[in-house]
Amino acid sequence: MEFFKQVNINWMGKTKYFVALSLALLIIGGISWARKGLYYGIDFTGGTLVYVRFDTTPPIDKIRQGLASQGLGDSTIQQISDISSPNANEVVIGLDERGQGEEALAAGRTAILNALYASLGAGEPGKQDFNSVTPQALADQLTRKDPLNLGVNVGDKYTQLAKQLTDYRDHDLRGVVSDLRRLQGAGATPAVISALRDSYFPSNFAVISEEIVGPQVGAQLRKQAVIVTLYALGGMLIYIAFRFSGGGLLHLTASAGTFFLWKWIDFVIFGAAAVLAVFHDVLITLGLFSLLHFEISLTVIAALLTLVGYSMNDTIVIFDRIRENLRLMRREPFASIVNRSINQTLSRTILTSGLTFVTVLVLFLMGGQVLRSFSFALVVGIMVGTYSSFGIAAPLVVAWSNWRGQGEAATGTAAGNKSRKG
Amino acid sequence: MSSNLKWKAVSIVIVVLISIYGIIGLPTSWTAAKQNFAQRIKLGLDLQGGTHLILQVQVQEAVNLETDQTLDHLKSDMRDKGIRYDDASELNGTQIVVHNLATNQTGAFRDLVSSSFPDWDISPAPNEASGYVLSLKPAAIAAIGQQTMDQSVETITRRIDNLGLTQPLVATYGQGNNEIIVELPGESDPNHAKEVIQATARLELTKVVGNQPYPSEQEAMASLGGVLPPDTELLPGGSGTADNGQPAGSVWYLVQRTPIVTGRDLKSADAEPSTENPGYYDVAFHLSTDAATRFGPFTEQNVGNQMATVLNNQVILSAVIKSRIEDSGVIEGQFGQQQADDLALELRSGALPASVKYLEESTIGPSLGADSIRHGVQASVVSLLVVLIFMVAYYRQAGVNAVVALLLNLVILLAALGYFSAVLTLPGIAGVILTIGMGVDSNVLIFERIREELRSAKAPVSAVDLGFKRAFLTIIDTHVTTLVSAAILFVGVAEKGAVAGFAVTLTIGLLANLFTSVYVSRVIFDWHLAKMPRQAELSI
Repeated sequence: MEFFKQVNINWMGKTKYFVALSLALLIIGGISWARKGLYYGIDFTGGTLVYVRFDTTPPIDKIRQGLASQGLGDSTIQQISDISSPNANEVVIGLDERGQGEEALAAGRTAILNALYASLGAGEPGKQDFNSVTPQALADQLTRKDPLNLGVNVGDKYTQLAKQLTDYRDHDLRGVVSDLRRLQGAGATPAVISALRDSYFPSNFAVISEEIVGPQVGAQLRKQAVIVTLYALGGMLIYIAFRFSGGGLLHLTASAGTFFLWKWIDFVIFGAAAVLAVFHDVLITLGLFSLLHFEISLTVIAALLTLVGYSMNDTIVIFDRIRENLRLMRREPFASIVNRSINQTLSRTILTSGLTFVTVLVLFLMGGQVLRSFSFALVVGIMVGTYSSFGIAAPLVVAWSNWRGQGEAATGTAAGNKSRKG
Repeated sequence: MSSNLKWKAVSIVIVVLISIYGIIGLPTSWTAAKQNFAQRIKLGLDLQGGTHLILQVQVQEAVNLETDQTLDHLKSDMRDKGIRYDDASELNGTQIVVHNLATNQTGAFRDLVSSSFPDWDISPAPNEASGYVLSLKPAAIAAIGQQTMDQSVETITRRIDNLGLTQPLVATYGQGNNEIIVELPGESDPNHAKEVIQATARLELTKVVGNQPYPSEQEAMASLGGVLPPDTELLPGGSGTADNGQPAGSVWYLVQRTPIVTGRDLKSADAEPSTENPGYYDVAFHLSTDAATRFGPFTEQNVGNQMATVLNNQVILSAVIKSRIEDSGVIEGQFGQQQADDLALELRSGALPASVKYLEESTIGPSLGADSIRHGVQASVVSLLVVLIFMVAYYRQAGVNAVVALLLNLVILLAALGYFSAVLTLPGIAGVILTIGMGVDSNVLIFERIREELRSAKAPVSAVDLGFKRAFLTIIDTHVTTLVSAAILFVGVAEKGAVAGFAVTLTIGLLANLFTSVYVSRVIFDWHLAKMPRQAELSI
């Protein structure tokens, strides 16, 4: 099987479309960024998040009322839907408390929980929520009640039973026991269930995770993330500089008396173009994050760094081919060498990007809520990163050589036009 | 087959065996294999559920305490040596000021400070003829800080160890902000964890004055004529802890302020099933020999009198002393097992040297962890299948090569996680998935090059050779760029558990990929070429 046989596309002739596309994406993202800003995750802003899973469709209005009655009217409620499990029935309740102390944050968590119990009417006085009981505490309680009348021969029977019941709750019932009778599925006898009923109440929701980040930690992490990203870009520049230290386009413009800065750019043009293209990719990805309201968390920073490396890949493959072909085809105009190099590597570019894209798309669709933003960054990044290697990086080098080496560049463009017509 | 190729094949088989051993050990049965796997591949908090805390030790408190104590010592030493002064007080947390020192005793004062308080610098107090300021030396402050941190980590570790969790983590964290990270796999109740870390159990055994409780604070004061007898205090009581018996404050006891025995005198403390109250637990303790020499005579003299067990300023038990008690006792409070365990632990582990403040806490419930594992595994399997099917469909036999390389890559990746005892997190699984995607990149690069060479009418043997040679530099490039990113990510956020897991799996995956896609795949090609009839075409 072969998808791309003898491709002959005049990429450099289409530069203006690429520029238009990139500008459009950058402008749209830029406007959104300027107007709505970026949506930072709790690890950067600090605050309180409580993830709650419901048995049925979450009663958002009731939750909102309950929160308002606890003086938490400004908290955010976000419903989570997941393509792989559309009936996830989960909500994230967030309390953004920038600048407040850690104690206030912990209090916020308690207040959210109180609001949930109050508004959903699940609590029973003197009893505990079965969905939040730990195996050890449950074992304690069962041992005390001794519903199986084991007396002194109890051993670790109740410890085992407690583990069995909580495992069933966490794995089979996904954390929510809305009716204690459902525990029969885990081998609980009626006697056990009625003993449980004395100490615990069932409820149709469960807190599946909680997060509290103090403002101090958030600020520290923001600083750390920026530093890490800059280091990654710097590291990339150093590698590229080392890798393409072979003279760049010096041969085109070796004439004496050239302005030294231009000469220097001739020397580093490949590296500079590659880094500019990567920068372009990161900006577009961030713009889309703002536009589509995806959250920027530490894992997203990790994805962006990966994208920096990945996007560099395609560019390096194409540039390597250009340099190889520059040696082989000294007579040809530069633009057509670039075209040919892109065409020769096109099959590889599309295949590997396509396969990597498929894997991260699967991750995006099936990886669950926790990885949603992370995989979104990769999905977008891989598309943009692949595009930018032939749509931005290569044209940048060609444009520079056109501007610098007038004579040859002119023939380059002419040859490009000719081949497109032919 | 040439012997060279044979050795290469052997080396690959050895790597495979070492890897498989790294993942499942030497299992005798399927269950044993699964058990070994679960033991070797450690899951992060986000996958197995648990609580993660970052806390800050308020080191300044320990420094202040040092200043307090120094002031006390200084005053008594000056009294002993007859050094006269008007007043001495704390200027701030690290400085003490002595006002109006007798001018002829300056030398004696300096000698005292330099001999008994070497951690302190003396300087003349501003705007005062004969006043002096003692400042705690920066080195001493740093030493107190270090000691406080070490002690905190130690105390918290001791408390956490008793929770019976598998592989909890307590360690200093960050750069010099006095932070400690605590990771508790399997603990789904952050409040319980915080209670265990922070709780200070102040135990006192003391004499009940008057041998009887009062129904309320007012009545007690009324019957005492409105004044407490010297060296006594009035404490609320209850027949158990606040949430497990009568509410606090329903009875009041007048007790001796100076206890006979405190928590510091305990040699050991353990929870045990109660003999008096079946179904409940008591905390049994042993006293140090020193305390026993006080306790024995006291109980002997007070047979028939009441003694109170005071926990955190609340009388949890008051009972008549029946006979002389030597060095052991029981705290009866109708505790649950967990409560009794926690109390025993708090009594054993002592107090934190300074209070702590929580900067960050997160709890992953066990059901979310189970969900994340399911999502991660599903996504991995689906992406792996898609990639494998595509490679075989597109490259035929060469595609099978890629499949072998990719599977081997994953095996090495898992084994490396086990050998380095790295932790697999959800972002780590994402790293594995990304490795699957990027892993085929090298294969595609090589195969496309081979196809190109074949197109220019090269014989299969030389096409394969050239394909590998020419693609090699590019493969190095693509790996280095991503590795640079991953390495910087790892160094930059190494302490942020879950994300670091991503950098780890991606790095290992890429390194393994260099081996599998370049070396292993080449050996398979060569083996295939050696078997192939000279004129046959390469299936690629």
